[in-house]
Amino acid sequence: MKKNHLFLVFSMLFAAVLLLAACGTSDENANEQEDAGASDEGTTEGTNDFSVAMVTDVGGVDDKSFNQSSWEGLKAFGAENGLEKGAGYDYAQSEQDADFMPNLNRLVKQDYNLIFGVGYKLADALGKVAKQNPDTNFAIIDSAVEGDNVASLTFAEHQGSFLVGVAAAMKSETGKIGFIGGEESDLIKKFEAGYRAGAKSVNPDIEVEVDYAESFAAPDKGKAIAANMYNSDVDVIYHSSGATGNGVFAQAKDIKNGDPDANVWVIGVDRDQYDEGAIGDMNVTLTSMLKRVDVAVQTVAQQALDGEFPGGETLTFGLKQDGVGVAKTNEEAYTEEIGAAVEEWKQKILDGEVTVPKTIDELETYLDEL
Amino acid sequence: MFTNRLFNILVPLISVFLGLLAGAIIMLAFGYNPINGYQALWNGAFGSGYFFGETIRQVTPYILTGLAVAFAFRSGLFNIGAEGQVIVGWVAAVWVGSSFEAPMIIHLPLAVLAAAFAGALWGFLPGLLKATKGVHEVIITIMLNYIALHVSNYMIRHVLSDGGDSSDPIANSASLASDWLMQITEYSRMHYGILIALFAAFIMWFILEKTTAGYEFRAVGFNPDASKYAGMNVKKNIITSMIISGAFAGLAGAMEGLGTFGYMPSHSAFTNLGFDGIAVALLGGNTGLGIVISAFLFGALKVGALNMPTTAGVPSELVEIVIALIIFFVASSYIIRWALLRLRKEEK
Repeated sequence: MKKNHLFLVFSMLFAAVLLLAACGTSDENANEQEDAGASDEGTTEGTNDFSVAMVTDVGGVDDKSFNQSSWEGLKAFGAENGLEKGAGYDYAQSEQDADFMPNLNRLVKQDYNLIFGVGYKLADALGKVAKQNPDTNFAIIDSAVEGDNVASLTFAEHQGSFLVGVAAAMKSETGKIGFIGGEESDLIKKFEAGYRAGAKSVNPDIEVEVDYAESFAAPDKGKAIAANMYNSDVDVIYHSSGATGNGVFAQAKDIKNGDPDANVWVIGVDRDQYDEGAIGDMNVTLTSMLKRVDVAVQTVAQQALDGEFPGGETLTFGLKQDGVGVAKTNEEAYTEEIGAAVEEWKQKILDGEVTVPKTIDELETYLDEL
Repeated sequence: MFTNRLFNILVPLISVFLGLLAGAIIMLAFGYNPINGYQALWNGAFGSGYFFGETIRQVTPYILTGLAVAFAFRSGLFNIGAEGQVIVGWVAAVWVGSSFEAPMIIHLPLAVLAAAFAGALWGFLPGLLKATKGVHEVIITIMLNYIALHVSNYMIRHVLSDGGDSSDPIANSASLASDWLMQITEYSRMHYGILIALFAAFIMWFILEKTTAGYEFRAVGFNPDASKYAGMNVKKNIITSMIISGAFAGLAGAMEGLGTFGYMPSHSAFTNLGFDGIAVALLGGNTGLGIVISAFLFGALKVGALNMPTTAGVPSELVEIVIALIIFFVASSYIIRWALLRLRKEEK
């Protein structure tokens, strides 16, 4: 009797081991079949066997920010060329920083022609993998990586920020506007410089309050800073602080909740943040500085498909390339007058009449010349 | 019929099996093929030299955090602070590794020891408070995790770099990385740290099973009052145990700083190495050898799971559920133990 039970337990375990072992041995064949299937599908779709993939940073493809935007770009590229997810384009999600390298390498081994690394945090890993795999093309977003098989995609955030600065200065009734940054870095300083330059260009007397939350993921801090600013008569705040900005929206909505006539506005960043500002029938989102990562991703993927991959180059997506822009979703707040002024300055930037400052030093020279 | 030893081996094996089974059922329920899913998992962990190397790379810190949690556990303490001890160990290793150059024979051991020392300090604080004031170590260690996280981010921005968001890279003379290991594993980031981890597992076994101090740790773990009555210094044992536990976790930080990354990025959230170490220790039955084996399992799951979305189409969220189920069954091994005991009783 005892032996029977023991036997049962062991046979169960043995079965488990067999099952796992079976998985282990048959996989190579199955994989080949899968691969074959994948490329077959590609050819029957009528394009060629071009495939493209991206590796997210830890935010994931549903982060409402640049990971999501990149993925939307890839999907648009896929739809245009008749590719399907899993066969033609795909993404690999990173759960932690240590996952960047295995994810990049996995996609290389799966023979993707072009692999995007989303965000400057991947720059180091992507640089190493690109060096070890010279036959695969890579693209890095928001950073610059050297290598003949790497395209670096950066954005002229200062130009977009300049335009929302114009909008903020025109909207403000108190003559005081605010800027809330995430971590103090060259990248975010670029936003600040553009914004301040834009505001001062329209109204040289305007005061711009600047504060940094020192985190991209601290909505509570964002809320506290925003409360401070709104209390000191600031009526428009531009945030460039990722999830910290959610606190800015929360504070503006709180004020609006208590007093529907209050004149408080938020300017969103990266994607159109109109939905974040909705409160009942009202909306506190004046506009958003759009950073069209999706446009950049789609453009470079298309270039690679056409055999014109810009390897070794650093591409800057600015106003000219439709890489940055201003959202016009909130028609009530974003009046025609503001829209016309923004268009006017946009034209000046495009014509080269105005060179938007990228750093605080450049900003000071710019302001002196005003 | 079941000897104790057999029992201790059976329970975790059955937990893992049940976890995989439950994971398979979940995948089926959501319309994914579990065989393809597990196949992708297997390939992602062992499919090629590269992935095998990456698995070993992930196993290395898991062994050390598992040892950290287990060592404290054997003396009756629950060290939730392995996470924070990993982080301070990482900072210390990178600090020593990047701030000067020295011959490797001095530099590397110094950086590794600095990590162990920092981790030990981070374990000493809760140990001291527990021993002298009776403050529960779980609360202190949880709070120290946050302190470690935010202090490390400050250090990275202002001390270890020039306002950047990752530290300066460590000097080659402090690196555990090896070209040879990279070459045989197709450029994975496998490094010599695995030897340190295995040696640490041996040390833990040796201290606990072969020394008087180890006997005392275990005695305090079983019954502090009886140990005190028997003339052991319970307070000293609690503090020492937390120091050793913290040192193990600090070493795990050194593995990341000196081996895998070669620098330290700023963290917006925890690394989870320390928290996963709790599960590793549980599954490994708090013994040195058991932890090496269970760390291997967790490392393989963690690295292999990354392969499931891209090759088998299983969404990464589902992969996390499957892994959580395995941990769930491991943690609920009590139920399995109970079922097996029932089985045994009926036989009699």
